[in-house]
Amino acid sequence: MPFKIVASQCTGCSACEQECPNVAISEKGGIFVVDPKKCTECIGYFDEPQCVAVCPVDNTCVLDMARPRYAS
Amino acid sequence: MDVSAERKASDGSATMGKARQAFTERMSCSGTGAGGMAGCTPHAVSADLTSEIWEKVKNHPCYSEEAHHHYARMHVAVAPVCNIQCNYCNRKYDCANESRPGVVSEKLSPEQAADKVLAVASTIPQLTVLGIAGPGDPLANPAKTFKTFELVNKVAPDIKLCLSTNGLALLDHVDAIAKCNVNHVTITINAIDPHVGARIYPWIFYKHKRHVGIDAAKILIERQLQGLGVLAARDILCKINSVMIPGINDRHLVEVNKEVKARGAFLHNIMPLISSPEHGTVFGLNGQRGPTAWELKTLQDSCEGEMKMMRHCRQCRADAVGLLGDDRRAEFTTERIAALGHKYDVEARKAYQARVENVRHAKVAATRRQLAELADCADAVKVLVAVATKGSALINEHFGHAKEFQIYELSATGAKIVDHRPVQLYCGGGYAEEDRLPTIIRAINDCHAVFVARIGGCPKAELIKAGIEPVDEYAHAFIEKSAIAWFKRYLDRVKTGEIKHVERGEAATAHASIISAA
Ligand code: SF4
Ligand code: SF4
Ligand code: SF4
Repeated sequence: MPFKIVASQCTGCSACEQECPNVAISEKGGIFVVDPKKCTECIGYFDEPQCVAVCPVDNTCVLDMARPRYAS
Repeated sequence: MDVSAERKASDGSATMGKARQAFTERMSCSGTGAGGMAGCTPHAVSADLTSEIWEKVKNHPCYSEEAHHHYARMHVAVAPVCNIQCNYCNRKYDCANESRPGVVSEKLSPEQAADKVLAVASTIPQLTVLGIAGPGDPLANPAKTFKTFELVNKVAPDIKLCLSTNGLALLDHVDAIAKCNVNHVTITINAIDPHVGARIYPWIFYKHKRHVGIDAAKILIERQLQGLGVLAARDILCKINSVMIPGINDRHLVEVNKEVKARGAFLHNIMPLISSPEHGTVFGLNGQRGPTAWELKTLQDSCEGEMKMMRHCRQCRADAVGLLGDDRRAEFTTERIAALGHKYDVEARKAYQARVENVRHAKVAATRRQLAELADCADAVKVLVAVATKGSALINEHFGHAKEFQIYELSATGAKIVDHRPVQLYCGGGYAEEDRLPTIIRAINDCHAVFVARIGGCPKAELIKAGIEPVDEYAHAFIEKSAIAWFKRYLDRVKTGEIKHVERGEAATAHASIISAA
């Protein structure tokens, strides 16, 4: 499952964009979004999903349950 | 917003101690022109470093309480990312009426920021300092921060650069800081004991991991103190900010003060916690209160040994513009800058600043003459007075128009600024006129007198009733000189028995009371 950003809670600080090892996060018209095709849940890079670890608002970067888990 | 610190290797502390002491002497006779020491005792000139430090700070409103009357600073908000979480910060909300660190209305790119600096410097010739302080942590946004400094160095080389950081990433960027000629760094250090720190910082993001609790505080504090040491060793001036949080770090800050002194910080600024449920911060929501004006002053006094304490800090927003206490940021939004069309005239700025230096000289000389008259009264009496000012170190504000009062402590040794009390709502509205006067009186209730350029009959009577003497006879005169003259007369009147010296009560929590009234 890739991660997604709960837009209503996002402060737009861009911390996640800066940390994502897959360049999966970008800003579109002031809103930060995860490209589900690029997100690997940080598998292969770090122990923790970086967007979750750095985001200042809890439960804003969350697993997108509508999609299957990432398989390397 | 941010919290940070840095550390000084103890082998250098002896020389730094001397430099700091010389610096303090120099500050107390501030007002001397570039390189000039007119009127100062000769021993202050001893070390080269001293002149160097004076050069670095003499036009900086935040580092020199004397300069803050005359020079302006601006912050550009190019740094949205933060790498730690503080319990007094909530980066989710942006309130245009709010004035506290971490709050900002408009995020800028480095190019937009450089344009803004040009526009402001062309309009406000007193502008001498550009700072990057947020809204996140500048060093968690290194590319944008250093790009901005580089551009400003190019277009406005006479502007001094400074930055405020929580210190977590400081060690990684010391070279870049030196290369951009940043000569002032502020590190926010709220604790040196991880157990205290853990109650202030819920987590940090360090080396691709989120650390929590004691572990997080320990890493942060170590990095802050090491950073301070490295910067001090490289002669980059370091100021330490600490937020005073009653019941959490209030007593501990005395230890922090000792530690940062020993590690080479040259100024320590203890600020009150600003906390209210509307801010949505952890401290705001759990009812953590800020300190009272008296608690803050007592702590600042107890830390004021050989090290300069800073009393005039306004806890500016990350996009503040103008003289401390007179925010002009609304004039310089991105659209307005584009419409302004500006030319940068270094010569005009120099001429203006030379005039300011003359005024500073005159002021210092006047204060010194007045002080000489006080010399014979070896009285131990100390009183506080409030001053309404628009800047330039003059009593030049109408009582009713004052957004804040500067608080001076008067004693046989002279006049010293110790606080400033905002008396206006951060989020206006709902504040009836008739409520304003009692609120002001509460905010300056510990003062014996209030100095104003003008005052109406009604507030005058109310003030007298509250035991605060309204003084308007020094309208448009220098603050310190006037305050000392008034104080001399006060002592004389006490001596002749015309009046009786009584201690004043406590003032309401300046910052918190105003916010909670909102
Ligand atoms: S989980 Fe990792 S890869 Fe996926 S968006 Fe977050 S940072 Fe990027
Ligand atoms: S880190 Fe969180 S708040 Fe910041 S932009 Fe990403 S999702 Fe939004
Ligand atoms: S926050 Fe304090 S140190 Fe920073 S610019 Fe404002 S007054 Fe100066």
